[in-house]
Order: sequence, then C-alpha cells, then structure tokens
Amino acid sequence: MRVTFTVNGRRRTADDVWEGESLLYVLRERLGLPGSKNACEQGECGSCTVYLDGVTVCACLVAAGQAEGREVRTVEGLADGDRLDEVQRAFVECGAVQCGFCTPGLVVQAHDLIERTGRPSDPEIREALAGNLCRCTGYEKILDAVRLAAARRAERGEARR
Amino acid sequence: MDFLRPRSWAEALAAKAERPEALPVQGGTDVMVEINFAVRRPEALLDLNRVAELTAWSAEEDGRLRVGAGVPYTRLIDELGDRLPGLAQAARTVGSPQIRNRGTVGGNLGAASPAGDGHPPLLAADAVVEVESAARGVRMIPVAEFYLGVKRSALEPDELIRAFWAHPATGPQYFSKVGTRNAMVIAVCSFALVLRPGERRVGTGVGSAAPTPRRAAAAEEFLAAELDWDGPLDEAVLVRFGELVAGAAAPIDDVRGTAAYRRHALSVLARRTLTWAWNDLRAAGPERRTG
Ligand SMILES: Cc1cc2nc3c(=O)[nH]c(=O)nc-3n(C[C@H](O)[C@H](O)[C@H](O)COP(=O)(O)OP(=O)(O)OC[C@H]3O[C@@H](n4cnc5c(N)ncnc54)[C@H](O)[C@@H]3O)c2cc1C
Ligand code: FES
Ligand code: FES
Repeated sequence: MRVTFTVNGRRRTADDVWEGESLLYVLRERLGLPGSKNACEQGECGSCTVYLDGVTVCACLVAAGQAEGREVRTVEGLADGDRLDEVQRAFVECGAVQCGFCTPGLVVQAHDLIERTGRPSDPEIREALAGNLCRCTGYEKILDAVRLAAARRAERGEARR
Repeated sequence: MDFLRPRSWAEALAAKAERPEALPVQGGTDVMVEINFAVRRPEALLDLNRVAELTAWSAEEDGRLRVGAGVPYTRLIDELGDRLPGLAQAARTVGSPQIRNRGTVGGNLGAASPAGDGHPPLLAADAVVEVESAARGVRMIPVAEFYLGVKRSALEPDELIRAFWAHPATGPQYFSKVGTRNAMVIAVCSFALVLRPGERRVGTGVGSAAPTPRRAAAAEEFLAAELDWDGPLDEAVLVRFGELVAGAAAPIDDVRGTAAYRRHALSVLARRTLTWAWNDLRAAGPERRTG
C-alpha cells in the first residue's frame, strides 16, 4: 500500500509498504531517515521514539498505515540546519553519548519533557526517561544533560521576557 | 494482509461485520509486538485511530462516565485522574510514557491478559463494558463477566469495544502492583480497592493471580458485614480481609513469581490499600464518610 504523511515538515510518500509494517521501518528503510534506531521492536527500549502529532511514541509499535495523513517528527527534525537543538548540544557537552544507540530516542523524549514542563525535577526526569534504555552510560551523564538543557532553556525564556 | 481504515464508528462496525477475522488495532502496543515478532499474521488489520468517537469521554445523565475505548492512558490520567483515581493509578504503572501515550483501556480489555493493569480497578469500580456489532447492536457487559479465560473475553468476532462506563469515585480508591522495578513491568500480582462510603461497601479487583482478573467476592462480603465505618480500622478485620483476598486468587508458579509468593503479596497489598484508603477517609472527615 501507499502511505503519505508529513515528516519533519515535509510531505513524504512511501510505496509498496506492507500492511503489517511499522512506522519505524518506513522511516528507516523507505524514507532514508535512520536516526530513529531499531533495537527491540517491542516498545521496551525507546530507541525508536518519535513525535506523532506532537506526542512521543515508539515508532516500532505504530502501524505504518496509522501514520497516514499525520505529522511525524524524528530526531533528524530537531536541529535547525547545522545548529543543534539545545538537548542535543547538552548531550554532546555532558558526555551523555557513548555508543550512541540510545541517544536519538533519549533526545526526543527529553526534548518533549522540557517542552512540556520547562524545568523538570529529578523524579520527573527519571519518570519521563523510564522507557529509554541505555547500556553504556549508567544514565548519570544523561541526567546531567537534561538538567543542563532545561536550565539553559529556562534562562533563554527569562531573558526573552 | 489488508489494512482497513474506517473513518467513523458506523464504518468500523460495518467493516468488522464484513471481515470478522480483521484484527482491530488502536494503540498497537499489544498488536504490533505480535506482528513484529510474527506471532500473529492476521488477514486484515482494522485501524481504529480515525474513529473519533473512541477517543472521547463524557459525563452521562445517570452520573456515570462513559470513556471511549481509544482514550490513551496519558489522557485518562490527565483528564480523569480526579474522578477515576484507582484506574489512573493503574494507568501510571503501565509501561513507559511512550507506551501510555498510545496504549488504551480498550486495548487492555481487547487483549484480556490476566496481567492487564486496567482490569483490577475496573472490577473494583463495578465498571460496565459497552460493546457493539452492526447485526445485534449494543451489549452492556458488567466487567466481571467480560473475562472468560487467559486472553479470552466475551467479545464476539463481529463486535468492537465502544467504551467503558464507571461511576466517578465517591471515596478513596487505590491500586497497587508488585513488580521488579517501577517502569516497564508486567505485574507479578496487583490489587485494586474502591471504598463506597455511601453504600458502606468496598469493591475489589485482583490481577495477575488467576486465569482471569477477578473480584475477591468473599472479601467484599466480609467487609460489608464486619467493617465498622465509624470506628478505627480493626486489626483483626484487616488481617482477615488480607487472607480472603489471597484466598480469591488461583495463582500459578511462573518466571515472575511463585503461587505462594503471589498469595502472600496479595494479602499484603489488600491490607496496605485498605489502610491507605481508611486513613484518607478519616482525614476527609465525617461528611466524606457518609457521602
Ligand atoms: C513495552 C510495553 C510495556 C507494557 N506494559 C504494560 C503494563 O505495565 N501493564 C499493562 O496492562 N499492559 C502493558 N503493556 C501492554 C499494552 O500496552 C496494554 O495492554 C494496552 O492497554 C494495549 O492498548 P492498545 O490500545 O495499544 O491495544 P492494541 O495493541 O491496539 O490492541 C490490543 C488488543 O485489543 C484489541 N482491541 C483494541 N481496541 C479494540 C476495540 N475498540 N474493540 C475491540 N478490540 C479492540 C486488539 O484487536 C488487540 O487484540 C505493555 C506493552 C508494551 C509494548
Ligand atoms: S525499537 Fe521501538 S522501543 Fe525498542
Ligand atoms: S550510549 Fe550506548 S546504549 Fe546508551
């Protein structure tokens, strides 16, 4: 079947999509967007996290046909050209990336948390990231990165006011 | 495989009548795992995401809430957490934020897993499941009659789940679940409790400790007879309540825990949730207790 939806602001069409295929497969294998990672295909690891109509979901658990006509934002859609998003920059600066496999999912999920709550508390950060597994970092530097990104964003917000 | 995309409830019922073998998919958090791992290869998927009726909820004239089968857990927590606190507590324990953003009570009912976290609070709250078919119209199924066996429900092949109906809380409600960590845990066992001070009744629901979710009927009857609603909580009553809840279970030994552990844990959850609820009730004062 053919599936058409908006990805990172652009309308995209994929053909010959199998009816049981996941949104993750379509993004990675048909639309050339390999940022979202495929690690478990069962919702356990969060490495495939994307926005679907503004809500974060595991792309591996969305049937491709369910994305028809809807809006998807992947990790590739967070940066503004070469300018990394605040969360991405904080991950680089804090050393929150080792092998990097979990990073795209964590960045999208952390981005959503900061968009929604502004300055999340530590329990809020842990709760929001509970569905994103990292086998390398031990999470401490990921928490540092989220705190840093949230603090910078809050500062910018106050400066603008 | 076919991919069916009804745009309304009427279209969805017509599609299910014509293709009873089609597998409905709402949040996909159960269905897509099975498809990704080739556990299931349905002849057709029936996508319910466009059926706007399923993602709405309303307060009905008889005072009950009618909650569409496709309202995701995240919205249930945000929008109905005050009126359905027991179910909202259970919803908070489901999977992870990403799973709660997609997963629904309708899908939990459709899957009818004995470990589904939505079931104990629905049982304790005396919820009713509204199902419908194009041929026979609406059936209202009390949730205790909905579960027939492990992953088997009273839903007929040509029917879809439209909503569940439940009274807003009139007293404290609690849900408690045993697992190895906070997130991403299939319950080892779980328990839900609803106090109805006006009727002087207590509702219960036991999860992951029998082939189906079930009420602890003997424990409910015991409290109806023995609980002194105007006094402090009697230790002997509390202990007996725990024993009767454990006795309602028919657990098995599996990788998540032994039958004996489940029975023991259930008696602890029962005593704990009743104590919490009782403390809330006393803190709320006498008006709350009679209300
Ligand atoms: C990582 C992960 C963690 C999880 N953790 C938990 C947990 O902690 N607790 C828990 O209870 N569950 C958990 N689950 C299971 C799942 O998220 C829940 O059962 C959820 O409620 C399913 O809802 P859904 O809308 O995604 O269902 P779907 O996958 O869309 O459907 C599930 C079943 O219901 C049927 N169905 C859906 N809607 C209807 C309808 N309107 N009418 C008729 N049939 C319908 C489908 O055909 C299918 O059989 C987890 C799943 C994953 C992947
Ligand atoms: S690949 Fe989707 S959650 Fe792991
Ligand atoms: S950096 Fe390797 S899994 Fe997280």
